[in-house]
Amino acid sequence: MNATLLKIAAVPALFALATISVALDGTVNIHDPSTIAVCNGKFYTYGTGGNALVSDDGWTWKRGTTLPRRGLAPDVIHIGDRYYVYVAANVGGQPRAEVNMISTKSLDPESPDYKWEEGGVVASSNGVEDANAIDPGVMLDPNDGRMWLVYGSYFGYIRLVELDPKTGKRKVPNDTPRNLAINCEAGDLMYHDGWYYLLATHGSCCRGADSGYQIRLGRSKKVTGPYLDHDGVDMIEGGGKLLISSTGRYVGPGHFGLLDLGDGVQKFSLHWEADLDRGGASVLDIRPLLWKDGWPIAGENMKEGTYEFESARTGTAMELAVEGMPVGGRRGRGGGGRGPGGPGAGGGRGPTPPAVGGPPAGGPPAGGPPGGGGIFGGTGAPIPPQDVAQVSANWPKDKVPVRMGVYLLQAQQKWTIAPAPNGGGYPGAPYFKITVAGTDRTLAATSDAELIVLPAFTGAPEQLWRIEQLPDGTWRIVPKSAGSAKEPLALSAVGSSSVTLSKFDAKSDRQRWNIKTP
Amino acid sequence: MKLTTPAVLFCALTAAYAQPPASNLPPIPAQVPATTLAAPATPSKTPDAEGFIPRWMILEPIPANGLTDAIVQTAVKKEYFPNQFTVIPKNGDKVTVGDKELTWHAEDTKLYNVNLYHFAKNYGKPTSDVLFWVVTIVNMPQEMHNVRLAIGSNAASVWWVNGEEVIGIYGDRQTVIDDGVSKRLTLKKGANIIRAAIVNAGGATDFCARFLDENDKPLKGYTITLSNGSGK
Repeated sequence: MNATLLKIAAVPALFALATISVALDGTVNIHDPSTIAVCNGKFYTYGTGGNALVSDDGWTWKRGTTLPRRGLAPDVIHIGDRYYVYVAANVGGQPRAEVNMISTKSLDPESPDYKWEEGGVVASSNGVEDANAIDPGVMLDPNDGRMWLVYGSYFGYIRLVELDPKTGKRKVPNDTPRNLAINCEAGDLMYHDGWYYLLATHGSCCRGADSGYQIRLGRSKKVTGPYLDHDGVDMIEGGGKLLISSTGRYVGPGHFGLLDLGDGVQKFSLHWEADLDRGGASVLDIRPLLWKDGWPIAGENMKEGTYEFESARTGTAMELAVEGMPVGGRRGRGGGGRGPGGPGAGGGRGPTPPAVGGPPAGGPPAGGPPGGGGIFGGTGAPIPPQDVAQVSANWPKDKVPVRMGVYLLQAQQKWTIAPAPNGGGYPGAPYFKITVAGTDRTLAATSDAELIVLPAFTGAPEQLWRIEQLPDGTWRIVPKSAGSAKEPLALSAVGSSSVTLSKFDAKSDRQRWNIKTP
Repeated sequence: MKLTTPAVLFCALTAAYAQPPASNLPPIPAQVPATTLAAPATPSKTPDAEGFIPRWMILEPIPANGLTDAIVQTAVKKEYFPNQFTVIPKNGDKVTVGDKELTWHAEDTKLYNVNLYHFAKNYGKPTSDVLFWVVTIVNMPQEMHNVRLAIGSNAASVWWVNGEEVIGIYGDRQTVIDDGVSKRLTLKKGANIIRAAIVNAGGATDFCARFLDENDKPLKGYTITLSNGSGK
């Protein structure tokens, strides 16, 4: 298979397609995007054919400045004060190819430091050997500072060579590359908690919605391999644990790139061969990177919907601080009325007074078939979901505090998450508004780093929320602004019944939330 | 288990039908004496190892019914006796509520929590459908910023710090450490008054309280006194 020829042929057609804001916003058409680099707060990625994208926030993208050296599937890494970009090109037809390095102090064309320098060839394939020296991927080992390059595309092996982190060039020009994997392309390396991971794209590209692209991986205790998948199959014999394949309205994920945002929050960039909502165009995407049992998992960006916010720390749910009404209305003992009762009824654990009194009103307890009546008999008919319009009649009209409570399916415990119009975003997703489901009552940060629910959404920064998955699959919820707070704050469960904003602590579960479909 | 819970009521019914009224039952010797409270014997106390406040002035219970937000708020805002929200009572002070004379008692707890069931039984008072007023004074060596009052109570309770209402938790609930937590507070140097009303429907009733620092760690390094600074 000659995948890269297909890549090249497809590029002009892909770029001519219109964009529709569904996943990332703005202009996101790209194929074979590099790892996303951050320079002076802006996000940059470079693709095949000279295509480049830039973003101020990681959510809304626009066309960037083409690299001085065009080619196939570049990769970029920031070391010290320089950005090193590796760009491959076939030299006289595949699999004869070279990977060239260029470098600059800034990726911003407006900067005086935007001066590219040629670094020469760092890897090659001669057209006969078992390699196709394209699709470079670079990693700086956080343990020992050594720098590594993987490259290759289907023909023969994915290969590994060492680079010099001081220059970005080949450390020993004539050393023999190590073979790591076969039957894949777009290799990239990352290190996590004692393991090196080789991520590569399997399947075919450049066929729109018929592309079988999928990202797979293996891991090794040594950067030089062997890289085995979860079944113990070596990637050099075709192994590879799936990270992500086609899903939803997207077909053919490829070209993994790690985007580490700090505080333990990791994401990865990729392209989809076909975004069906954008007419099947190849587009950039950014997704959370989760971890389970030592293996990376593709997470999900937040989707619009109605949810319960359950604290991973307390197990209680965020709710508007109003008096709850049991779903179906209050029922007294035996089905009769006994006046208002509190939510969360449960047994005590202290001394129990002697039992006194007669049988409950409404006849003896009924635990048998439904039919209504008794303590356990129910009403005899399905109980519909709570109507927020009805139960909110007595809620205060103005600001209402927020608290935590045992989740009882009540209206004040359900929240709707929806993208905030013109609210901007962050890598992978837009800012969201969070409202009590069925109302316009809006969760907001206060100037003293607490929380309040306002009567209506106005679009102010303190009403905009960054909601992103953490490595364990829980969610972090961060306001765009919290008054004069100098550091980002996150929604935090404090105690069982209280919620506040506090500095995110990756080692704590105070700011971890299970956002669950109610 | 509490009789206020229908499921428990069901379990208790069979026995209830076969037994004479509670007041006619013969006494049962205690297997373990309920001695969690004692009169203060020192001028002041410090928080325990986990930061819980062990010394409180407690008023004998006042009748009260209901645990929902609105009912409890109404109950605790009703004036039962003069200067209810400002008084610093002394041990043995008496107030008249309705046709009953009630007494304030200084108490030290041996545990992290204050067992109001023990308190009421010790003075021959009811434990069900009642409201307890409690007061204590925390003396800070310097002004403290970004601290939180953190409480748990069986059942509902409302709390004030230096006259400001800072916590309300409602419903038929058990005492859970740090169940209700205030927003960030500033405690002044010297005496700061904590006041609470705990409402119980039936069965066990108790509370616990401590301060948390800006890192949510228990606050220590201060003293606790009652009305006259002597602990009595």
